[in-house]
Amino acid sequence: MFFKKLKECLTGITALWLMAWTGAVHAEWGLNLTRGVTPISHEVYDLHMLILWVVTIIGIGVFSVMFWSILHHRKSKGAVSAKFHHSTTAEIVWTIIPILILVGMAIPATKTLIKMEQTGDADMTIKVTGYQWKWKYDYMDDGLSFFSVLAQDSNDARQPGSNIDLNSIDHYLLDVDQPIVLPINKKIRILTTANDVIHAWWVPALGWKRDAIPGFINDNWIIIEEPGTYRGQCAELCGKDHGFMPIVVKAVPEEEYVAWVKKMKMAKAAAAASGDRDFSKDELMASGKELYSKNCAVCHMAEGQGIPGTFPALAGSAIATTPEGLPDHIDRILHGKNLMPPFGEQLSDADIAAVVTYERNAWGNDTGDVVQPKDIKAAR
Amino acid sequence: MSEAVIHNGHHDHHDHKPYGIGRWLFSTNHKDIGTMYLVFALIMFFVGGAMAMVIRAELFQPGLQFVNPLFFNSMTTIHALVMIFGAVMPAGVGLANWMIPMMIGSPDMALPRLNNMSFWILPFAFTLLLSTFFMPGGAPAGGWTMYPPLVLQLGDGFPFLIFAIHFLGISSILGAINIIATVFNMRAPGMTFMKLPLFVWTWIITAFLLIATMPVLAGSVTMLLTDKFFGTSFFSAAGGGDPVMFQHVFWFFGHPEVYILILPAFGIVSQIIPAFARKPLFGYESMVYATASIAFLSFFVWAHHMFTVGMPLTGELFFMYATMSIAVPTGVKIFNWVATMWKGSMTFETPMLFAVSFVVLFSIGGFTGLMMGITPVDFQYHDTYFIVAHFHYVLVPGAIFALMAGVYFWLPKWTGHMYDERLGKIHFWLSAIFVNMLFFPQHFLGLAGMPRRIPDYNVQFTEWNMVSSIGGFAFGLSQLILVWVVIKCVRGGQKATDQVWEGAHGLEWTLPSPPPFHSFTTPPQVTDATAHS
Repeated sequence: MFFKKLKECLTGITALWLMAWTGAVHAEWGLNLTRGVTPISHEVYDLHMLILWVVTIIGIGVFSVMFWSILHHRKSKGAVSAKFHHSTTAEIVWTIIPILILVGMAIPATKTLIKMEQTGDADMTIKVTGYQWKWKYDYMDDGLSFFSVLAQDSNDARQPGSNIDLNSIDHYLLDVDQPIVLPINKKIRILTTANDVIHAWWVPALGWKRDAIPGFINDNWIIIEEPGTYRGQCAELCGKDHGFMPIVVKAVPEEEYVAWVKKMKMAKAAAAASGDRDFSKDELMASGKELYSKNCAVCHMAEGQGIPGTFPALAGSAIATTPEGLPDHIDRILHGKNLMPPFGEQLSDADIAAVVTYERNAWGNDTGDVVQPKDIKAAR
Repeated sequence: MSEAVIHNGHHDHHDHKPYGIGRWLFSTNHKDIGTMYLVFALIMFFVGGAMAMVIRAELFQPGLQFVNPLFFNSMTTIHALVMIFGAVMPAGVGLANWMIPMMIGSPDMALPRLNNMSFWILPFAFTLLLSTFFMPGGAPAGGWTMYPPLVLQLGDGFPFLIFAIHFLGISSILGAINIIATVFNMRAPGMTFMKLPLFVWTWIITAFLLIATMPVLAGSVTMLLTDKFFGTSFFSAAGGGDPVMFQHVFWFFGHPEVYILILPAFGIVSQIIPAFARKPLFGYESMVYATASIAFLSFFVWAHHMFTVGMPLTGELFFMYATMSIAVPTGVKIFNWVATMWKGSMTFETPMLFAVSFVVLFSIGGFTGLMMGITPVDFQYHDTYFIVAHFHYVLVPGAIFALMAGVYFWLPKWTGHMYDERLGKIHFWLSAIFVNMLFFPQHFLGLAGMPRRIPDYNVQFTEWNMVSSIGGFAFGLSQLILVWVVIKCVRGGQKATDQVWEGAHGLEWTLPSPPPFHSFTTPPQVTDATAHS
């Protein structure tokens, strides 16, 4: 009686809690794997459902026998125990039948696995490189290359004590500043590698995940059958911000893809053309602030205070406030040191100039220094 | 020999029981050391459990409320190390220490001083490990699997992590040597191997697994240490090494390790079900062979923990088939337990309740294990909450439920008092309900796309995380009942008979409750009638 009451009571509390909360958040209650949008993801989904049903049926069978026995073969019902303690026939039967079931599952699994490994004859190749904590995409055939980081609105909202309503943000933690755009109905080979630690590139709708390992290149392939936006995340623990490096794939018809490539190339050329001129301090501070929050704040924190013992502070530090520190300051950003990654290949001269200027003038570091792209070029 | 005989003569007259702190510090007695192992495991269960509560509190809703991401990663990392090496393994060794000498009819373990040492290494190892929380750079946060290059980014705590692992490995190896030496040399006359209780059998096999794999773990973490401090590049591609190599070596230890955690649990359940079904264990011999096959196969499946690193097709196929094949001996064990219950005369005291729920819930973990053995689908499941649900099903309502069943089963034998059955049942029902509320929704989260080891998540995952967290808090609180039951039982209660349970058979039940300080001073003669039946 006591247990029943307790159970009822607890169920009630749970239901109340849930109602209180679900009123405020999206009610999704997602249960199952996505069917996805590639031929492989469909096969994987079918395999998943097949195995799920097989184990469910086996489970129901075995546990029904067990619970029947629990109900009927109890001492309180006057059951007297039998004396048998083995049966060679039974033991052979329940060894052979599982083997047959397993073989039946292994055959379709093997077929799918062989298909997944057929990465040849691709129409185009994308190289994905994992960084702490962002992704870099190289379009090997179209000569495009860019980084993709967590969208700014998610990044602001995720800070402890931000008090931002997470439901007001589009795709909280699953949105990026620059999605990877891909054409539909093309066989795309995806190479994965990493620059620092191991990451894993995973978009559930594409049907697989694959580790991105520094010094090694893995390959996989996709054919996206439906246009749309597909979201995923890094799936291998890669440090502090492992949970904050999402992936967004935008699949578009081929014409749209071609137009997008053209637009990206023009933007890149425009940035390169204007990159060598001198900028005003205000221009540098404005773009420096944005670049800082995207690239530097994950470790050195929003106010330059760092994380004591792990990531050094920039506010008030010798390197960012003294004239002797300036060459080291630029060198550290270009080439990195210890945990600090080299940003020389990720950021342009203009970007680094802006970041250095910002760091030397923000949060009370009022040095008044203005660093121009040509200073960075000279230091490279 | 003459020395031993004289020694024995002295002891016959009185139970030469040391007292005070020295009784515990210098103990060479299998029961006292067993008690220390069990108490240590219980404390660590609550330390690791507290960390789990931090994790579940942070994941109760999206956004960062309580901890920063780095500390969250430390929580998941240290929770795992504490639960595996501090709670489940020592609890298994504690039960082995208490029960094996009594089950095989010997006075004590074969190597009593070694026994003392293997226990007392543990508190030092965990002091090293937990002290990293107070160091610059914080506690290890790269996951309990310690994958390079990430683990090499750890601050001053790094060498402490490595040496803590070394100490834990030494402790386990010494304990394993002792168990093997005891069972091989100290069996009572007539106690042949095929008469050994299943619990003893599963522990011999576990001990061999420990001796085979702990040195591999020690070697791999030593290579991490030299990579970090002595300029080697075993695991750095830039120096000609391979980060994936670590994963291969680690999981060559790591997969047998999961059987180190679960085989003693199989043994406990194989003792309990026949006792409460009042019917001999079905297929004793096939149980022994199935356990040995599982242990043997465990050396050939390690790469299923790392299918996504990118292996050649033939490698993936080999590890997929090998992994699936483990389902066969595991199935045999499940069927044998069900067949033992079949046509029995069952009663459901707390040990039996835990044992029956072990069979059901461990099987659920086994089913999801089989699903993840299918390589192409594992590419979706890998590193999501689906795997978190899987291994918690096999470890919590699997290994830990079996350990609790064992504690309830043998507690009257150890203390001489019956425990409070009503409290035991409350503990069971609360645990069984909330463990499912805690871990079952995590299957859904994983399938819906939530990766593991993240401190914050998209709002679509909120509902199941809340259910899971509420289940987690309630499960955690329910475990306080266990402490209450144990303390109450140690302090008093209805006097236990020698046999304790109506259907219990074996040498340990022929001793008084509580048993004398030295279990069997004259070896009993074992016949078919007094062996496991």
